[in-house]
Amino acid sequence: MKYVTEYRDAELVQSTLREIGRVVTRPWVIMEICGGQTHSIVRHGLDQLLPPEIELVHGPGCPVCVTPLELIDKALNIAARPNVIFASYGDMLRVPGSGRDLFAVRADGGDVRVVYSPLDAVKIAQANPDKEVVFFAIGFETTAPANAMSVLQARSLGLTNYSVLVSHVCVPPAMHAILSSPHNRVQGFLAAGHVNAVMGYWQYPAIAARYHVPIVVTGFEPLDVATGILAVVRQLEEGRAAAENAYGRAVTYEGNRPAQQVIEQVFEVRDRQWRGVGPIPASGWGLRPAFAAFDAETRFDVGEIHTQESPVCIAGQILQGLKKPHDCPAFGTECTPESPLGATMVSSEGACAAYYRYGRHLENYELGVMN
Amino acid sequence: MSNEAISDLEAPACPMPLRHDEKIVLGHGSGGRMSHDLIGRLFQRPFDNPALRAANDAGVVAVPPGRLAVSTDSHVVTPLFFPGGDIGRLAICGTVNDLAMMGATPLYLTAGFILEEGLDVAVLARVVESMQVAAAEAGVQIIAGDTKVVQRGKADGLYINTAGVGVISHDREIGGALAQPGDVIILSGPMGDHGIAVLAARGELGFAADVISDVAPLNHLVAELIAADDSPASDGIRVLRDPTRGGVATTLNEIARQSNVALILDERVLPVRPPVAAACEMLGFDPLYIANEGKLLAIVAEEEAQKVLATMRATRYGEEATIIGRVQAAPEGRVLLRTSIGSTRVVDMLAGEILPRIC
Repeated sequence: MKYVTEYRDAELVQSTLREIGRVVTRPWVIMEICGGQTHSIVRHGLDQLLPPEIELVHGPGCPVCVTPLELIDKALNIAARPNVIFASYGDMLRVPGSGRDLFAVRADGGDVRVVYSPLDAVKIAQANPDKEVVFFAIGFETTAPANAMSVLQARSLGLTNYSVLVSHVCVPPAMHAILSSPHNRVQGFLAAGHVNAVMGYWQYPAIAARYHVPIVVTGFEPLDVATGILAVVRQLEEGRAAAENAYGRAVTYEGNRPAQQVIEQVFEVRDRQWRGVGPIPASGWGLRPAFAAFDAETRFDVGEIHTQESPVCIAGQILQGLKKPHDCPAFGTECTPESPLGATMVSSEGACAAYYRYGRHLENYELGVMN
Repeated sequence: MSNEAISDLEAPACPMPLRHDEKIVLGHGSGGRMSHDLIGRLFQRPFDNPALRAANDAGVVAVPPGRLAVSTDSHVVTPLFFPGGDIGRLAICGTVNDLAMMGATPLYLTAGFILEEGLDVAVLARVVESMQVAAAEAGVQIIAGDTKVVQRGKADGLYINTAGVGVISHDREIGGALAQPGDVIILSGPMGDHGIAVLAARGELGFAADVISDVAPLNHLVAELIAADDSPASDGIRVLRDPTRGGVATTLNEIARQSNVALILDERVLPVRPPVAAACEMLGFDPLYIANEGKLLAIVAEEEAQKVLATMRATRYGEEATIIGRVQAAPEGRVLLRTSIGSTRVVDMLAGEILPRIC
């Protein structure tokens, strides 16, 4: 498969890993921001092949993981209403709210549908004029253009039965939050290539300079990740801290301008809660007042919501790179993908889910038998 | 009678009784005349055989000597027709393959139909025709059947249950608990064709995928394998399984647990057609977990592996057979994957249903 196979080439990956081994002289902590990268790393076992000096910690870039519990509870409330068709990305259905998840709402008779794109939700709204169609518009900068586009499309179609429940968050404020934390361990970043495909990386030189951390725009295939790590390690070893692009086939400095304009047209910057992390100022987007008619939060009065997180779950610390999934006492025992305590155990981008799915709950000797 | 002929008549005439030729109505499941008409018209002729023709409460057949294998499978699929097959072919092949995986020669099937009021009779006729074609290919007869009709909205068009019996006329044991360290794992062809073909036919991919379901009866392939196995203890073939729902990964996990062994796969040789691989990449699926309906996994003694492979490749549904891994003693109950870049990871069972990722 073009643009995939060549980036999984075993020889190229291994020679890049050998190069990392040659360059590195002391321990470094590097965070991959995106949960997609976390899964790629664990799925391909890249972390097993890195020199021991390099520690990868997993970042907050898992959209369903950081969607605030309160909003999930709102979603559950709205989705359970008889006149509502609730459309969502599939990942979101298994994320636990305070009591249950969207699957449970569906089992109780709620009309909850998985869509691959918010534009499909607009089509559902067109086809069901007597129903309220609500799309759960979550995600980072990656999903924002399509989510914004769905609102524009609904408006131009004159739809009055379409709304979005928005929980958009942005990567740069999260990087600021991590780097300015007194507990921060991160010395270099692999930036989330898909986010940068939309946003470019013009925001990064200032962050790199302010905190003196290398930031390397990185892709998702094993060779991409290895190349990103090599670039970060080179900078660290040379004492440099620059914004650099190691994902040139998808990312430019400016990013996708038309996509950014669509975001700008529909959304405005807001303070946002991050599940497990807390409030981060100016860290996300909400609908501009001109689009208030499409805002599910104002359209549906859900009353007061009392959220309750699992007291055991350490997802917040994992999302900040402070802990690893197997540091959690509930990991793989009380908390599994079948009965998750936190969102990081659910999503295809959650770190706990990756560790569990690819067997990191096993003892090393179990995995090591064939090496 | 043509409409012109009716208009020539002087009204009022005795009204023509309404005919329900076009759509299934509740009366088709009443057990009365309409049921009989439907069965006679739609089922009897294509499935014709002496046991069915006798029209008794049960089909009566003679069974050759040997052990009996019995299996049943219910089939629900949307859409009813998809590239490479339909619910009828699926219903025949599903049960035929389950019998074949035990080393049985499938002989007789029963078919139970749940029809939704409003279903086009022509659709049902096409499905029945397809069942007949698949049954003929597999060499099995449908000797009993049942039809029920449920109100519109209570079923998704058409559900089919098939049950089947086959005879095991040899003494060899084949089963999920018989894999041994040193054995070789063979997959009869590329993974994931059926699952992706059905997703694409639903229009849920958001893009066209040129994938055809692999739904096929595998009993002839299995018969060839058994005939070719001349290992001294007749135990060259340890395990045969068809990796349907949950895909190759789930089936192998079941085998690893039943046999208390580790199954070690080599990522570099896992067969996946390019359009299936591309669709999986787009959606964040792993082909190891996607359903197949015309593939089998064979775990065989190492010394038999090349012969089994050659035998499979000489058959219609095994041309692309390939060795995908090996059995070792530990870690017990685990499926591990040697990745293409040289690391090792666990291949676990699927948790819940497969969901497409966000981005």
